Amino acid sequence: MIERFVIAILVENQPGILTRVASMFNRRGFNIDSLTVSETEAHAYSRITISLTGDQGICNQIIKQLKKLYNVKEVKVMDKEKSVYRELALIKLKNTPETRQEILSAVDIFRSKIVDFSPSTLCVEITGETSKIEAFIALVEPLGILEMCRTGVVAIERGCHYLNSETSL
Amino acid sequence: MILSGAEIVVETLIEQGCKIVFGYPGGQVINLYDALYTRSDRIQHILTAHEQGAAHAADGYARASGEVGVVIATSGPGATNLVTGIATAYLDSVPMVAITGNVPNSLIGRDSFQEVDITGVTLPITKHNFLVKTIDKLADTIREAFKIAKSGRPGPVLIDIPKDVQIAKFPYQECPVVEKKSVRKAKGDKLTRAAQMIAEAEKPYIYFGGGAVTADVSQEIIALADKIDAPIGCTMMGLSAVPVDHPRYLGMEGMHGHYASSVSQDEADLIITIGARFSDRATGNVAKYARKAKIIHIDADGAELNKNISVELGIECDVKDALQRLLMLVDEKQHPEWSARIAALKDAEKAQFEKVTAKDRITPYALIQETAKHTDPDTPIVTDVGQHQMWTAQFYPFQSPRTFISSGGLGTMGFGLGAAIGAAKATGKRIVLFTGDGSFGMNLNELATVTAENIPVVIIIMNNKVLGMVRQWQTLFFQKHYSNTDLHVRKTDFVKLADAFGMKGFRISELSELSSVIEQAFAENAPVLVDVAIDQDEFVLPMLPPGGCIEDIITERGDQS
Repeated sequence: MIERFVIAILVENQPGILTRVASMFNRRGFNIDSLTVSETEAHAYSRITISLTGDQGICNQIIKQLKKLYNVKEVKVMDKEKSVYRELALIKLKNTPETRQEILSAVDIFRSKIVDFSPSTLCVEITGETSKIEAFIALVEPLGILEMCRTGVVAIERGCHYLNSETSL
Repeated sequence: MILSGAEIVVETLIEQGCKIVFGYPGGQVINLYDALYTRSDRIQHILTAHEQGAAHAADGYARASGEVGVVIATSGPGATNLVTGIATAYLDSVPMVAITGNVPNSLIGRDSFQEVDITGVTLPITKHNFLVKTIDKLADTIREAFKIAKSGRPGPVLIDIPKDVQIAKFPYQECPVVEKKSVRKAKGDKLTRAAQMIAEAEKPYIYFGGGAVTADVSQEIIALADKIDAPIGCTMMGLSAVPVDHPRYLGMEGMHGHYASSVSQDEADLIITIGARFSDRATGNVAKYARKAKIIHIDADGAELNKNISVELGIECDVKDALQRLLMLVDEKQHPEWSARIAALKDAEKAQFEKVTAKDRITPYALIQETAKHTDPDTPIVTDVGQHQMWTAQFYPFQSPRTFISSGGLGTMGFGLGAAIGAAKATGKRIVLFTGDGSFGMNLNELATVTAENIPVVIIIMNNKVLGMVRQWQTLFFQKHYSNTDLHVRKTDFVKLADAFGMKGFRISELSELSSVIEQAFAENAPVLVDVAIDQDEFVLPMLPPGGCIEDIITERGDQS
């Protein structure tokens, strides 16, 4: 069964780590839907969040191959039910008298916001789960998307679960 | 003790038990070579003709000894020349440390003379690699590289050291030899389940690969086979771990495996796999592989479980510990019907072999048997890649582990001569290299190293004047379109070539000469080359066509049926 997985990876914060992780995906023919990387609460580590589509077998194989990488410290498939997922998108739309009102009400309904406004364009910032962002895009697409960029998914588990086993309360 | 980076490299190698390095000097490793010069009492350096030869030598050293092989090369082309050697070691899980010099930190990224991003290049073919930018990390990085190379499933590690780091000074403190990282022990319930599956099986088949050589479990495999009354088969990488004449041993299975081994694997109801990775050359069409069998897979590398085929029970563990514990859990069993079936398959294999093997000319079989008369049970047998490699794998009577040294996963033509140099240095023994005229042509420059170092290697070239393995495929699957596989146009005289490099060469053209010339060759206490003419249409049989299954097995040439 093809599903969507979000994998969180804690890696040593050193140059070239992202290449090593991405290269493994490339070499073994695993597709990445989105990838984000940033610093964490501990300076020594970075956190990579990868979202991908595949079956459970592929997901298992990816986890095992990731764990073999020298600089990878922790790997975890985020529990779908028990995690918070967020993604941010910046979407630049055509600003015309005909479309403006429709865009503004979409922005309102999706609880997103206008972050830039010019006579011919306006830019929307929207945050949420991937499905919400995709629903918004589907809604405004007919109105003329000029440019768009998305951060990709970041995720964190609810409650007392930590990726870094060294962290404790 | 304040030392230069170059001196720290050499001291750390010595500290980690390295007695010999293979390599080639150059601009960005001059400092390192200077440090080697002053410590030549503790660490020997073997100069090869080409960095690729040095990499294969380090690999051959590691395969023959089980120790980490070390190779040194300069930046740029020196480093890129290692690439095939590193990839060869990676695919066959060989512990190796490759040390390259690079341009000084200040010149990195400017496309400086002989600059190449070798950590980038070798990223997918190393277990890990390091670019050491500061001298304070140097000694510990080398120690870590040794640890990574030999721990768990072994593999090559590359360390790239910019020239300024080799020149800088830093305190050095000797440390003990790094311990291997411990591999987790198998969970008890998994072993209990394995024992239960073995108890339920009527047709068990034990199947091991290179992981069994690494884990040193020859005795455990034989003991298990005896206790549960099972035949033993292996992959090419497993060869030599179990003596060929052991009554339970069926030999290599797979594309050019022994008939009885491949067929009984297909008929088995349980395959107990030990340190093998179900490569396409071993399985053929995975959808039709071992359809009647449940599979237990015991391996040090968890990522191999369910990678190429799905198994009923995968156990990621310390293989030796798991087998020892499993042995205590299983009950003695007898499978008379299965044993009778195995015996019948072995008889059929023997009859077919008699039918297709010529007696009136020099066959690879006759040549290998003749050679084996002059070798010891622990003589390392090295091969290149191609038909001669498969014949050696099929016919040579291996007796002790680590005596078959061959490029399996990568299939590197040109591997043999360098590897033979390394194996000779590791064991101090007479070495045999079986090669083909195609493979030998790729890296014959290492004859210079062989004679300079007086390596006691007997090089046996199975000379069919064609690229025989590709020709066999062209005969079978490409309507005899012998595209670029005919070497008759080449004028190379291998006997004269041997002479030019300063060693003795012999030629065998007739069957009548075979025994006496091989004897003469082995009588030499020096490197020798024997050029043996064999038929260009000799086939490696049996053959499971690529992507085929057991029903597709080819056991004779079309014109022989």
